[in-house]
Amino acid sequence: MLYREAGDFKTSYEADSQTFPIAFDRYRIWVVLAFAYLVVPFVINDYWANAILVPFLIYAIAAIGLNILTGYCGQVSLGTGGFMAVGAYASYKLMTAFPDVSIVIHIILAGGITAVVGAVFGLPSLRIKGFYLAVATLAAQFFLVWLFNKVAWFYNYSASGQINAPERTVLGIAVTGPNTEAWAQYLISLVFVTACAIIARNLTRGSLGRTWMSIRDMDIAAEIIGVNPLKAKLTAFAVSSFFIGISGALFFTVYLGAVEVGEAFGIQKSFLVLFMIIIGGLGSIFGSFAGAAFLVFLPVVLKVIGVDLLGWPTDLVAHFQLVIVGALIMFFLIKEPHGLAQIWRLIKEKLRLWPFPY
Amino acid sequence: MKMKQLATMAVTAVLAASVASAELVIPDLSYRTGPYAAGGTPFSDGYQDYFNMLNARDGGIGGEPIRIVECETGYNTEKGVECYEATKGEGALIYQPLSTGITYQLIPKAAADGIPIHTMGYGRTSAANGEVFNWVFNYPANYWTAASVMVNYLLEENGGDLSDKKIALLYHNSAYGKEPIRTLEELSANYGFELTQLAVDHPGQEQKSQWLQIRRERPDYVLMWGWGVMNQVAVQEAANIGFPMENFIGNWWAGAEADVLPAGAAADGYKSLNMNRVDPTLPVFDDIRTLVHDAGNAAGDGSNLGSVLYTRGMYAAMLASEAIAKAQEMNGVSAVTAAMVRDGMEALEITDARMEELGMPKIGPEFSVSCENHGGTGLGIVQQWDASAGAWVALTDYIAPDMDVIQPLIDEDSAAFAAEAGIEPGCL
Repeated sequence: MLYREAGDFKTSYEADSQTFPIAFDRYRIWVVLAFAYLVVPFVINDYWANAILVPFLIYAIAAIGLNILTGYCGQVSLGTGGFMAVGAYASYKLMTAFPDVSIVIHIILAGGITAVVGAVFGLPSLRIKGFYLAVATLAAQFFLVWLFNKVAWFYNYSASGQINAPERTVLGIAVTGPNTEAWAQYLISLVFVTACAIIARNLTRGSLGRTWMSIRDMDIAAEIIGVNPLKAKLTAFAVSSFFIGISGALFFTVYLGAVEVGEAFGIQKSFLVLFMIIIGGLGSIFGSFAGAAFLVFLPVVLKVIGVDLLGWPTDLVAHFQLVIVGALIMFFLIKEPHGLAQIWRLIKEKLRLWPFPY
Repeated sequence: MKMKQLATMAVTAVLAASVASAELVIPDLSYRTGPYAAGGTPFSDGYQDYFNMLNARDGGIGGEPIRIVECETGYNTEKGVECYEATKGEGALIYQPLSTGITYQLIPKAAADGIPIHTMGYGRTSAANGEVFNWVFNYPANYWTAASVMVNYLLEENGGDLSDKKIALLYHNSAYGKEPIRTLEELSANYGFELTQLAVDHPGQEQKSQWLQIRRERPDYVLMWGWGVMNQVAVQEAANIGFPMENFIGNWWAGAEADVLPAGAAADGYKSLNMNRVDPTLPVFDDIRTLVHDAGNAAGDGSNLGSVLYTRGMYAAMLASEAIAKAQEMNGVSAVTAAMVRDGMEALEITDARMEELGMPKIGPEFSVSCENHGGTGLGIVQQWDASAGAWVALTDYIAPDMDVIQPLIDEDSAAFAAEAGIEPGCL
């Protein structure tokens, strides 16, 4: 009833091939965007921004990035944490070297630098596949973390090896540093997420995305029909790293403000983002959001239920969190191996036929 | 989506309601899980038990009941930030995160929110300069004074001459472990000893290659900046390669029972610094035992009472409650705010008489805090593990650090921070 295509006639090729061909989908996305841009900034407080929404948005960008590489191009990567570190340290060096340039430009440049680094570490993908490639990207992860720990130039020779984000403004409003208002922090992340999601969605629908998917589905067949694997794989690595670099830069500048590379961008971060796209759904932009939401919200929800509502000891709740999150991951992977995005797709299919399924 | 908005309103309402009630809110950002739980648990137990004891014995501080809000960080900065944001709205008076990484996160945030941070013997060393770090205190001692105390102790052992000695620093590869390097480099230039740096990555279970290097280079002394599981592994590895334990000295975060017990008799003779004395017979423990543990209110399982880190957690709680009492006295009100507590901390004076009165005679050195000096005296003792007795034995009295070396470093680092963060140094 609500969700249907009847009466939704397309009179041009553009209309037929648009991102959301069903009218209801378009209205829904506008409502979500309007809510996110026009309502949330007015009700958000520090807790919601710092503990829930900003990390969710930033992880969503990282998940989109990894999804392009792993979900669309089929190249398994465990280097996400390392590439986020490149974004963070690039933005730090740029921020401190050119304090007068806008932070937005620095974040985008940090994404560009990460893209170059990612493409370099993507070179082995031309020769090795699958688990072997995962191990090669694992090397990138460890090498990059070691590099940022070892070379003092990257952290401006500070005594502790920590990097701290100084205050920077956009249109006169602080978006980094301690005096940032919750809504400003949220909005700048939201703008980047929206832009990244639109770019990623359109890239994956275009010819570039099709070459990635052909490589993923069968690389030899793709080569025979004229897809250049060098170009396809390296662009996937570059574009993916660009997004991951942006998320790393935001993670450091907007979200945490002070970062220690081994702790913030260690191997566990690579796994976290990989879990996000596996739970959310490989090869789906919506899945990146769903997976990021799942893994950011769930621990907080469990903590609120366990500690604040039930009054259990904090260590017990922390241990239960691991058990419950682990069990839920297994449950989802067994019940729906294609992730939350597939569940969403099935719901949509059912809604289209409802109330007269056949 | 509507749910989210409703939830936001509910959270705001709850926060607004809890601010109104008159009680002293003290968040405890603890970690009882993960690779650092061995250190975090006893500290948090001591911290909470002392406040619970004050509640039971004196009805809080100055007649105002204390409410502890515990939040599990797992020594993880992201969770630490979440904990800070979740607790600050409740009217938090003072934060003691027990993590250098989380401290670095909180330093700018707490200054913006106007909540004092006390990082006792950890955190950012240059916070000792109170003119730059108005809201951060690290009395009674810090990492740089610890490094200097260690070197002074070694100087004394070697008749004032370290020129032909080789000293290795085994450190946790994080902000915490890197803190002493600058001071030790300076001291190595002053006294002519050779310094080798050996980094151990988080969490610290993998140290084979570092100890292989120690076996090859045969340093005269190994100093350690370790925490959590790293300490146990290091003591075990030192025993494995037969390194003389009396030449292996940990800092005060690498000198608790949990660090040496796993290695058994092999750990005998291992030394460490301490910033407070360990004495399980302190009168204050009797109060905690009868009023808190026997009443069934013990934090954790109650097994840590009297241990090194439990005592330090209790000492930290005592310093906080003294600062709150000072703030109440200065302002003439019992329901103090975070800003008043900051003033109380800055006017804090701990004397032997006062420590005696509190039932913990000689637990720490005498010191006083001022706007210029948030760092205290920096004194430390050297203690040694006696495996047969299963106890830490203090070897020395309080040793003074070499402030002539450290003060310029503090001034330099805090000036750099002030320039980077755009702070105009001055007293509040």
